[in-house]
Amino acid sequence: MMSSRTVKPGLSFEYIMWIFTRISGLALILLAIIGVISALALGARTQVDLPTLMRWTFFPNPNHVINSNIPDVTLGWANAFWQVMQILIVFFGVTHGFNGLRVVIEDYTGQSIVRPFMRGFIFLLWIFALVIAIYVIIFS
Amino acid sequence: MGLNRRVGFFAGLKYRGGGPMWAWILHRVSGLAMLLFVGTHVFASFFMQQTGSDFATNINIIYESWVFQIIVTFIVMFHGLNGMRIIILDIWPKFQVFQREALWLQWLIFIPVYGLTVFILIQRSIAGSY
Repeated sequence: MMSSRTVKPGLSFEYIMWIFTRISGLALILLAIIGVISALALGARTQVDLPTLMRWTFFPNPNHVINSNIPDVTLGWANAFWQVMQILIVFFGVTHGFNGLRVVIEDYTGQSIVRPFMRGFIFLLWIFALVIAIYVIIFS
Repeated sequence: MGLNRRVGFFAGLKYRGGGPMWAWILHRVSGLAMLLFVGTHVFASFFMQQTGSDFATNINIIYESWVFQIIVTFIVMFHGLNGMRIIILDIWPKFQVFQREALWLQWLIFIPVYGLTVFILIQRSIAGSY
């Protein structure tokens, strides 16, 4: 049973999240393109196999290229630039994902007393996932 | 007030939206699957790093297997390409008339790229390189 979703005209929460979904989607594709081009510039063509390059493209974490012929990961593959890239990917990806979960759930549940609690639960999951992922990026 | 659609599950099954409807369903399912699989992988990696537990290691062994990677690659690539189609049609709404043609173009891009990826993943698994 699909429920209706009313969107107020003007700068509403739904409208901002609608824009954010598009911008973050494009940003994730752009970040992946930057990742794969940089990897090829760093010598991935001869040092890395395709599954490893795919893992690096989705998420440029040094642990993703540990089983490869790269002589020293700390030369170019693990530095502050890639940490910033990873934090950007995690922020856009996790926010895009949990907002998508909220949209899908609210499509199949009506306006009721449960909705604010469900939103609060998804908000807590979003914060929790962000904190865990950024902790791993900074301290790995 | 928005539309009030009271359509039951079995009545909904009779709806024949064709390609765009299936793209919409796949977009939802692949999005939720990505949240589940990639989220599980992130938490498993966190516990592998912090505690080195066998359970988390086994989850990551399953996630990194070539069979699972074929599924994950499909989910991520379809969601990304379909999302690009949605964004392009949202920015230029007059192209909505050609949404079925846009979907054909999307599969035309998806099938060779994904097919080549699956071919290499299977080839490497047969060669036993990982």
